[in-house]
Amino acid sequence: MQAIGLGKQVMSGDHPLMILQDVGFEAARGESVAIVGASGSGKSTLLGLLAGLDRPSSGTVCLNGIDLSGLDEDARARLRGELAGFVFQSFLLLPALTALENVMLPLELRGAPDARKQAERVLQRVGLGERLQHLPKHLSGGEQQRVALARAFVTQPAILFADEPTGNLDGATGAEIIDLLLELNRAQGTTLILVTHDPVLAERCGRRIRLVSGRIEA
Amino acid sequence: MNHWRLAWTLLRRDWRAGEWRVLLLALVLAVGSVSTVGLFADRVYRALQQESHTLLGADIRLTSAHSISPDYRAEALRQGLRVSGMANFPSMLVASGGSLLVEVIAVESGYPLRGHLEIEDSAVHRAQGIPQSGSLWADERMMRRLGVQRGDTVQLGDLTLRVEARIVRDVDQSVGFASIAPRILINQDDLTATGLVQEGSRINYRLLAAGTPQRIEAWRSWAAPRLQNGEKLEDVRDARPEIRTALERASHFLGLAALTSAILAGVAIALAARRFIVRHLDTCAVMRCLGAGQSQVLRLFLYQFILLGLFGSLLGSLLGYAAQALLVEAIPQMRLSDLPLPSLSPLMQAVMEGLALLLGFAFLPLLQLVRVSPLRVIRRELGLPEMRAGMGYAFGLTVLVFLFVWQAGSVKLGMIVFAGLIVGLSVFGGAAWLLLRLLAKLPLPGHHALANLSRHGWSSALQIVALGLGGMALLVLTLVRADLLRGWQERLPPDAPNHFIVNIQPDQREPLRHFFQSSGLDEPELFPMVRGRLVEINGKPVRSEDYPEPRARGLIEREFNLSWFDGLPEGNGLVQGAWWGRDAVEVLSVEEAIAKTLGLRIGDLLTYEVAGSRFSARVVNLRKVQWDSMRVNFFVVGPSALLRDYPASYITSFYLPPEKQAAADRLLTEFPSLLVIDTGAVIGQVRNIMDQIAQTLSAVFLFTLASGLAVLYAAMLAAQDERLHQAAILRTLGADSRYLRRLHLTEFAVLGALSGVFAAAGAAILGNAVAEQVLEIAYAPGFLLWLTGVAGGLLIVITAGWLATRRVVRGTPLQVLRAE
Repeated sequence: MQAIGLGKQVMSGDHPLMILQDVGFEAARGESVAIVGASGSGKSTLLGLLAGLDRPSSGTVCLNGIDLSGLDEDARARLRGELAGFVFQSFLLLPALTALENVMLPLELRGAPDARKQAERVLQRVGLGERLQHLPKHLSGGEQQRVALARAFVTQPAILFADEPTGNLDGATGAEIIDLLLELNRAQGTTLILVTHDPVLAERCGRRIRLVSGRIEA
Repeated sequence: MNHWRLAWTLLRRDWRAGEWRVLLLALVLAVGSVSTVGLFADRVYRALQQESHTLLGADIRLTSAHSISPDYRAEALRQGLRVSGMANFPSMLVASGGSLLVEVIAVESGYPLRGHLEIEDSAVHRAQGIPQSGSLWADERMMRRLGVQRGDTVQLGDLTLRVEARIVRDVDQSVGFASIAPRILINQDDLTATGLVQEGSRINYRLLAAGTPQRIEAWRSWAAPRLQNGEKLEDVRDARPEIRTALERASHFLGLAALTSAILAGVAIALAARRFIVRHLDTCAVMRCLGAGQSQVLRLFLYQFILLGLFGSLLGSLLGYAAQALLVEAIPQMRLSDLPLPSLSPLMQAVMEGLALLLGFAFLPLLQLVRVSPLRVIRRELGLPEMRAGMGYAFGLTVLVFLFVWQAGSVKLGMIVFAGLIVGLSVFGGAAWLLLRLLAKLPLPGHHALANLSRHGWSSALQIVALGLGGMALLVLTLVRADLLRGWQERLPPDAPNHFIVNIQPDQREPLRHFFQSSGLDEPELFPMVRGRLVEINGKPVRSEDYPEPRARGLIEREFNLSWFDGLPEGNGLVQGAWWGRDAVEVLSVEEAIAKTLGLRIGDLLTYEVAGSRFSARVVNLRKVQWDSMRVNFFVVGPSALLRDYPASYITSFYLPPEKQAAADRLLTEFPSLLVIDTGAVIGQVRNIMDQIAQTLSAVFLFTLASGLAVLYAAMLAAQDERLHQAAILRTLGADSRYLRRLHLTEFAVLGALSGVFAAAGAAILGNAVAEQVLEIAYAPGFLLWLTGVAGGLLIVITAGWLATRRVVRGTPLQVLRAE
């Protein structure tokens, strides 16, 4: 993954507001990078740009050598489907779907033939083999985030974007989730881009990038 | 990837979570309502169509108001056609159990030339031949009403006839519900002996013919140019055009009535779609994040909607099928008519309408949904992309307009009805909104609940109007209808004439006067009646085909009953022109409505043909006639000097007190050739038909009410999340379940009571309009109307509301707040 001169400007009332300025860095295959910074420093905005969920005002992002700025929204979505996995602070499991169905969804969207089998296997791996048919509302926060991890890894993504994955969890549960995340990351050789304001979590990543007021702190 | 399969999978999963229920309910109700009417009308149409071949009992028929020249028959026989003659006319039939107005059909051997009759004598079988001389066949209704059995004797004019068989299936039995009088079949050889064929008798003569199409065509071309006034040729295409037209109108009207529930269903669908979309923002964003493109997500959701639409339409169709079957069962004449099963086309139409409605109200919101930014997964505050307010509804409304125009069969009518409904709904909605604001400002108990309702002003107003509309329709059909009917009947003085005597010959006048005196009845005034055909207006021949209106055509084709008066007839009023003086001869007075129908004006010269000779006279005035006064009235009258030398019969009306009913039976025995019409019985029959129509409409409007409930349900669900949130906060602050329950119940009670008030007010306004404009009577809605409206509204809304919000009170605050 390569980011060059990324900037993002939004309109706040009548005035332009720079959220990100000239952000550039690279992450090699299998590397884990933590993006840290205070609230409002532009961490989540940067993650959205890196994952192709939003368009930068300036600069470019390349994933696996493909320049995202040349792609339209649908092409970026296809690329995300092929390369990326996501884990969010608020889990974002679909409430109407069981744990198993939530994990099957990305496979089904690709039309994978053995979605159920693959999803079951990954859920076993994250320790939820017994809870396949539970709806998210019947699972604890930690369990819900495990399901989200399973959903992220089931497609064996080249790169995983995680947005405050422990933000909604208590300390012990958060630590378990991080262990699991890093373990899966290592096992699958995934590049990990992780946004957090938790210094302990950041320490466990291979590299840290600190954002201050939209710029990388040297 | 197979999108349909994935859509199906996603639909099933979402269904389990209850996300689709309101949409499905609204759809089922809309399709159910439309298909009930469609299927019902289709069955009646098919009955008409099937029977149209046998309806005439022939391939072609010559109808005439006078006896038919033998030349027609001779020519038909020469062409190798089979022929048979018949005559029909209304008359009184007297049995030991009373008397009854019947339609007498006198037939010749060979009848019917096409189709067949089924009769029951010793057993039910297909009739061979016709009734023997001295006997008659009668339909079920006549036997039941007169209480006669096979083998009994009855009196028809001067003739005593034995009831030989019961007609199980007449040639046009399936449309039997459309004819008022029961039918009897007699042998034409007996016709003269009844003594009923006289000057002034309303006899229709018919010559039936059947054969190969070429021969029929040959005879038709021979006969057509020879037709005299009052004669016409009919083939299957012309069979019962008046019923066909009436049915077409009725089914358009019913169809539009059914669409009122489609409007409400549309509202419910729009509300439910909105909630669906808000609740699926995350799903959509996550799917986009997981690699699904906008078009893929759109397809997945669209297919789900289509699958749901098909499923809902199927359920709705089944409901419609069951409802129309129940409806037919509930209306005795329909049940007895043995209607054919409906075709599939009304179901297809209903399914298409259901899908159109669903996509009409859900498609634009759906487009909006798939445009949600995938960035929402990180930036939670990103909601629905901006869409101009009302765009989603505008598309749905356009679909509705199309449905209305389609159903009405006319762009103008469809648009008018639709616009009328929308304007009406908006006015009521605005009033409800204002009222809620006002209530919230008043220092009333339950202020909290009122403030809640007022805060959701438009949604609350929508619920009130939706329920009010269904309630109003039902109130009009039940309470208001009964009130109006009673008011109309009460308007007549208690001694208003309730019997007419028609067909009085000049030499019967004296004996009749004597009869009335000896029976202790007031001697009635006898009015002369000369039958004449309008042949020319201002010297130009009159042809029925020049008049587009069926009523005008009928007037031209029939003979007019003319009468003479030297002073303005009692109960009539002059509208235009002046009454004539003593010496006037060639002048006429015309009733204003008929003058309008025929386009007649003062000064027009009308030429009538009476018994072979002609006279002309000028219209000098127009009269207004109160037809429902039950007195004898005439469309066209002249001075005695003009008409008294023509052959005339006499007509009168009189009041027969119920305790003197025996006198009516004696009258018929002593004067068998008279036609005595009991208007009470006729009104009873008309009322019977009105009841059937009301029954059908009530069934349709039950769907409207149910759709109103669907709106209520959808609106409650839409507010559910907010309600849960509010309840959780209130409970955290110490409110107990009882407080919450009371809060909700108060809201529902206000909603229900206001719906009821609106339903009753709407019904009263409609009732008033009908009373003033149509019946010309005063109408004051009774206390019962308001009571029923409010009590019904309270009951329905409180029950529905309680069912929908049980969960709000049950869960713990933490459960609720965490689930968010």
